[in-house]
Amino acid sequence: MPGLGSAALVVAFGLVAYAAVAGGYAAHRGRRRLLESATNALFASFASVLLAALVLLAALARHDFSFAYVASHTSRELPLGYTLASFWSGQEGSLLLWLLVLTGIGSAAVALNRRLIRTVIPWTVPILGAIASFFALLLVFVASPFATQVAPADGAGMNPSLQNPYMLAHPPLLYLGYVGLTIPFAFAMGALASGRADERWIIATRRWTLASWTFLGFAILLGAKWAYEEVGWGGWYAWDPVENAALMPWLVATAYLHSVMVQEKKNMLRVWNAVLVAGAFCLSLFGTFLTRSGVINSIHSFTQSSIGAWFLGFIAVVAAVSTALIIYRLPLLRSRTRLESLVSREAAFLYNNLFLVAFALTVLWGVIYPLVSVAVRGVAETVGAPYYDFFAVAFGLPLVLLMGIGPLVAWRRASLRAVGRSLLWPAGAALIVGILLLLAGAGSSPAGLVGYTFAAFVLAAIALEFVRGTRARHALGGGSWPAAFTSLVGRNRRRYGGYVVHAAIVLLLVGAVGIGGFGTTQEGKLTQGQSVEVGDYTLTYLGSEQRRAANSQELRARLAVSRGGEDLGTVLAGKNRYFAEQQTSNEVAIRSDWLRAEDLFVIADQFNPDGSVFVKVIVNPLVNLIWLAGLLFVAGALITLWPDAREQRRLARRFDEEGALARA
Amino acid sequence: MRRERSRAPEMDVLAVALGALLAVAAVAFVARPFLAEPDAEDDRLAGRTSAEQERLELLERRDRALGALKELEFDHRTGKIADADYEASVGPLRREAAEAMRALEPLAPPARAPVEKVDARA
Repeated sequence: MPGLGSAALVVAFGLVAYAAVAGGYAAHRGRRRLLESATNALFASFASVLLAALVLLAALARHDFSFAYVASHTSRELPLGYTLASFWSGQEGSLLLWLLVLTGIGSAAVALNRRLIRTVIPWTVPILGAIASFFALLLVFVASPFATQVAPADGAGMNPSLQNPYMLAHPPLLYLGYVGLTIPFAFAMGALASGRADERWIIATRRWTLASWTFLGFAILLGAKWAYEEVGWGGWYAWDPVENAALMPWLVATAYLHSVMVQEKKNMLRVWNAVLVAGAFCLSLFGTFLTRSGVINSIHSFTQSSIGAWFLGFIAVVAAVSTALIIYRLPLLRSRTRLESLVSREAAFLYNNLFLVAFALTVLWGVIYPLVSVAVRGVAETVGAPYYDFFAVAFGLPLVLLMGIGPLVAWRRASLRAVGRSLLWPAGAALIVGILLLLAGAGSSPAGLVGYTFAAFVLAAIALEFVRGTRARHALGGGSWPAAFTSLVGRNRRRYGGYVVHAAIVLLLVGAVGIGGFGTTQEGKLTQGQSVEVGDYTLTYLGSEQRRAANSQELRARLAVSRGGEDLGTVLAGKNRYFAEQQTSNEVAIRSDWLRAEDLFVIADQFNPDGSVFVKVIVNPLVNLIWLAGLLFVAGALITLWPDAREQRRLARRFDEEGALARA
Repeated sequence: MRRERSRAPEMDVLAVALGALLAVAAVAFVARPFLAEPDAEDDRLAGRTSAEQERLELLERRDRALGALKELEFDHRTGKIADADYEASVGPLRREAAEAMRALEPLAPPARAPVEKVDARA
């Protein structure tokens, strides 16, 4: 029923447009019932968009090719999981997912903070409505997923690269991250428009921001895992524009999550935080634009479309309005507190912010450089991995160091002697690790050696924080050591959850340095019975075989793997030929050794008529730590996100006092 | 194929009917605040006066200072902060908390004990 889907979208458009216009009027003129009505419109829009989404999902499940979208992205032989996942594999479906998530989490955030919005920041509702209106407008007038046609016998199928289990989770998580950044933006701009520069909007959006940041970070890693397995070049991150599109808002949101602590503790950086929130949201829109417009060549961009101009216009409007609002409210935002010392926790956060934002800007420049070069010189020039690698090292290593130093420095001010004493143990541990690695031959990659030494420093600093904290908690409360440890983490989830996230970033660094600095590659043509040696491994080509899968013909080279004379079984690497899509994909073989944390990565590049095969074999040391880092990252984020009953009681008490004082 | 063609108009009618139903339900839900209170006595948004905003800022200042004191005590216990640094910071923080509490005192409603004690264990 495409008509019902279209009708639901039209109704949703009307509702969010009403939420924007009526909500804006209500906030401006102070009309209570009108604001409640606009809020209801926002809630109702979610139901309407959900109905549209269900119509599309039903059409996908039923292979209803009278929907042009279903015919363009699926086929009868496509497995059900991928058929349903094609909801977000095309442009129209992706936009619908954006709107669904936006109206869903927007409604939830407004419902959970209804009192705050009604009494303090009524402009939040119209801002959310205005953003949703843009996406609803695109879906109704520019890129409807409910366009119909005479149903063909079969659909065109799904791009083979997208037929990977990680693609089932990566895009929805990515969109949860992108769209989630709308919440802190809407509340921050709502607070500014309402003339409220207090920290209530920060408290209201703290968990939403953290959750969005977690989704975005985890989605980036899932995308990397997909690229590692599916794109099949042996790496995990290639500085592709679409990969960078997700990295940029994540970096800026990371900066915000650190600097907002300075605002909460010291009432400083209020202008900077407003800028970061607006920047992260604009970059999330820019990320969607890059992925969806096809304006820049990317292995992750599966579409060419005309919505690019719409997106650019919208980003320009959002950036201009946010900037104007921040400038207009500068007198309110200016902090009366000053930085007391350059050696303090808040100063460390400030340095961390500068490096994070500088890194995000250099990545942005690399991404838009082809567009700028076309505009200026008429030739599309791109910047390659060396550009990004240089800045990743230049900004990344100081950031890693700060992850170790920052937690050991006190708020307000710290004497250099005290800091030096705190750093003694971590620096000593790093020195020992560095010497041991040098003796073990890790000096072949100087960058790797420095990276590992820094990683040891940070891990030792984190361990020291946990040890000192547990000792102090034990001294204060008595009881067992595990109870003291649990109490320590439970009483300050943000701090200790943050340390776990830091440990995850270090683990990722160790994995990235391992694959980048210490990997081994070997390639060549093999005839049946011939072997190739790479690192400790020997691979012998046993022959090729074919198999028919649900929607493709699989061709595989079978290779026997041994290490030091020990038989490790066989691996299958080859290609899939997809029937409906008329496309071929590389299917690499990956043999993971979790004890050694390394992968044997085999690409069968070419099958020759004489029965020989051209293979590329890579040993990726420590790569599995990157994926483990993803799990640790989520664990740390969950600790941080977990509700803290003491904190909630404290806030509830303050809000009660506010109410009581207002009535007194 | 013939079956699909014969079903199409029925589907369209159903889609239009469901779409209209959705629109009516949405309008009713959106109009609910006006239907529930057609003649509201007070239709103004509960805003804040500048005095109320000032009080809110005082509460934030007080909580910020108390939170910083707690953290300072704990960091001192863990050995992260030297005695001299602790002495230099604790005085101004206590003064800041006391000033905020003093400023709030005349505004506090009776029979309330809003101020929590500084608890190094927290």
